[in-house]
Amino acid sequence: MAHFTKATSVKDWLNQRLAIEKVEKVMASEYWIPKNINFLWAMGMILVVTFVLLLVSGIFLLMYYIPTVDEAFNSVNYTIMREVNFGWLWRHIHGVAASVVFLIIYIHMFTGIYYGSYKKGREMIWISGMLLFIAFSTEAFSGYMLPWGQMSYWAGMVITNLFAGGSLHADFLVEWIRGDYVPAQAFLGRFFMLHVLLVPIAIMALIGLHFAALRIPHVNNQDGEDVDFDAESKKYLAGDKAGSKVMRFGNDFMSKDMMVVGIFLIFFFYLVFYNYGFAMDPVNFDPADGLKTPTHIYPEWYFLWSYEILRPFNIDLGLVLFGFAQVIFVFLPFLDRSPNAVPANRRGMMFKIWFWLMLCNMIVLTAMGKLPPEGVFTTIGLVAAIVFIAQWLALPIITSMEKKV
Amino acid sequence: MKNKEPIILAIVVFFTLVTYFLVEPFAHSQMHKHVESDGFAYADLPASEKKGDAIHGQELVMGAGACVGCHSIEVANVPAVMEPQMAAASYGVNPPDLSNAGAVYDAKFLANLIKNPAHALKVEHKFDADKGQMHPMVPFYGAGGDIDQEVADMVAYLQSIAVKPVEVTPTMAFENACGRCHAVSYENWTPMGTKPSFKDKKDSLAFDIKVLEYEDSLKAYMGKIPPDLSMYIRSRGEHYISTLIENPQNQLEGTAMPRVGVTAESAEKVIEYLKNSGDTKRHEREEIGTNVMIYIVIFAIFAFLWKKQVWRDLH
Amino acid sequence: MEENSRRGFMGKAFGAVAAVGAVGSLVAMKRTWDPLPSVKAAGFTTLDMSKYEEGVMVTEKWRGKPIFVLKKTLAIMAEEKDKPEAQARNIKVGDANFMIAIGLCTHLGCIPAFRNDLNDFKCACHGGEFTASGLVQKAPPPRGLDIPPFKINGNKLVLGEVGPEWQTMKDNGVTL
Repeated sequence: MAHFTKATSVKDWLNQRLAIEKVEKVMASEYWIPKNINFLWAMGMILVVTFVLLLVSGIFLLMYYIPTVDEAFNSVNYTIMREVNFGWLWRHIHGVAASVVFLIIYIHMFTGIYYGSYKKGREMIWISGMLLFIAFSTEAFSGYMLPWGQMSYWAGMVITNLFAGGSLHADFLVEWIRGDYVPAQAFLGRFFMLHVLLVPIAIMALIGLHFAALRIPHVNNQDGEDVDFDAESKKYLAGDKAGSKVMRFGNDFMSKDMMVVGIFLIFFFYLVFYNYGFAMDPVNFDPADGLKTPTHIYPEWYFLWSYEILRPFNIDLGLVLFGFAQVIFVFLPFLDRSPNAVPANRRGMMFKIWFWLMLCNMIVLTAMGKLPPEGVFTTIGLVAAIVFIAQWLALPIITSMEKKV
Repeated sequence: MKNKEPIILAIVVFFTLVTYFLVEPFAHSQMHKHVESDGFAYADLPASEKKGDAIHGQELVMGAGACVGCHSIEVANVPAVMEPQMAAASYGVNPPDLSNAGAVYDAKFLANLIKNPAHALKVEHKFDADKGQMHPMVPFYGAGGDIDQEVADMVAYLQSIAVKPVEVTPTMAFENACGRCHAVSYENWTPMGTKPSFKDKKDSLAFDIKVLEYEDSLKAYMGKIPPDLSMYIRSRGEHYISTLIENPQNQLEGTAMPRVGVTAESAEKVIEYLKNSGDTKRHEREEIGTNVMIYIVIFAIFAFLWKKQVWRDLH
Repeated sequence: MEENSRRGFMGKAFGAVAAVGAVGSLVAMKRTWDPLPSVKAAGFTTLDMSKYEEGVMVTEKWRGKPIFVLKKTLAIMAEEKDKPEAQARNIKVGDANFMIAIGLCTHLGCIPAFRNDLNDFKCACHGGEFTASGLVQKAPPPRGLDIPPFKINGNKLVLGEVGPEWQTMKDNGVTL
């Protein structure tokens, strides 16, 4: 049995029972981060802050939202937007944060790809991150159903129809997911449950996994350099703060994180108050009507690239390629056969082109996914979709040809 | 070591802005046709040089013009002939009270409306007199004198009894121009008027039934029940609504919605009414927005200063 | 040694029993997500076919889905004369000929709009087009508009019940 002495202070009392000093060391002051990083390394902290914004605003929305097909639209647009004090603010924060969180996720992802941060023991960081991406996508989609506007309804209709599997005609599966022949009360009820309970729990668990996956391989740095964390941290603790290649997570790295977060929040609140239209589609301010399709149906911007991979092909091939696009990023650590874990620009011409083409092509896909499928847009979309698939098929080949740098 | 952060930031911002431009302004410019306003000039309608005489106009409105056969003019103590749902059953829609018509509607439009309603309202595709499809409002064929002078007199009378144009309120503009077809449930407005609060549930339901009857007539007249406009300011936006009011055919070709012929000022009032319904917290949003922005800049400055202090030892 | 393998066996046996329980509860969870009996029961709609006008497309509702009903004009009938594919979809009630179909694009389920002047349907979502008899006129839709199960009772038509006419269509692959 542990030995307890009379506490000399509150801190000591807690220390004996919870080892708070040790916890503080493990989590902050002796959690070592390389110094050779830039502001892109703060995206994780921005995501944490955005997630907290979503969680807090969501809690307040949840108190007034009514998940029934008759009341949902009015509970959002009348009760929350007109009646509840600051209800509009929570809703705008929630809507804008849901959109901005994907921007940051994409920046975070492409940072990881650029600096090779999924290699050399960091595979689980990448995989847990991609699982988080899937969980966030589910969260975003289920949340989009809740205001029960025209876009909620028709996005729900179109996306659940995908589960019929094209020529497989698995209508029973679609009806099972919906709990009805069309999106209706059962559908809204279950997506409400997913959005406020099951998926958030999964997200929080995955965030824990994502952070845990970071502990052993440590954070990557700008040059992919193998930092000897033990030696460098000893140097730091011995007083050579300037000479050491590492710094404390708290408060050294934290202070920079907060600076970047501060700048991010200026951008974020500008969107919340002055430019929220991109995150809250006008069409969704029309109540759901199962007998009237909106002229243009498109998902939120962050799903557009994968939607565009579905669209230019016939339904079966489209679904296969769509499925491919959904999961392929998860396998990146295993498709990249290169021995190098350095920034993309130093890995030779092939991978350099691969990286920037992937980024640009995904932006092209995103743009085409929203534009009406007519004329030249269809052709550009088709070409971009084929390029996307081809790039992934080519990745193992070009990376195995890469020379060690 | 060279500080690469500015260039990295520039790259991130560049790709973000390109993506934003493509999925927002560019995509929307491709999806919706752009309609420019003519400033509510109603240039397609001929103007009249005649100066109206309100006294003579009153005689015509009350007498030979036969306006009060269908329209009420409450300020002139001319009551409605029948209840709204009965009127809608007869005419398709409840004919408007003319008390403030002279202020809400454009004078040139009113003159043309009196002479040829289907033409001024731009609903000739629905009401083609040659095919025997008569507009419920009977054109004024003249009372024996110069028809243009008579019409000018009637318009002058309507202007003389109406409030001054600057006194037109958002509610007045909306109820006159839009409110007899469109409900705005968030403002408790039905096409029959504001729903009163009833103590007895039976009375409340009886009122609802009248509204349903009214809407049945509207549906027969318009092809469908015109939409509830509660959230239209958010779902359509100011520009769309303004150009739609100016000429519905521009935005919705072949729509049954008539051009209502409001003045530019009244159109602004209508939009203000819709903002009061669908964007009630806009002033609060602006005020709080300013304060939050000021605060968050201070937050960022302090974060920067803290970072600078912490990092002094690290370099 | 023996002790260990025995312990190992019991551990595995316990794992198996736990797995049975987990699968059992998954079945219950799956069933909880099934459409409710009341939802399924509301799956029949009766239409009075004598009230439709020629050439006027009417949208009815069945299982929450829009159902297109178009009483064909002579012009449409003449156009279909040499097209067995279109004729196979024709639904005859008394002397009148109808196009009846689920008004959801077979691509991704949007509602095509009827164009009176062209006597066809156009889907605003992805640009698919269908003829007046519901056949694909322009891709991406993979097949013509689906025909809901129906049964003809004199002048009445019941949606959701399978009649011989619909069964023939299904057997011949005219609809799903």
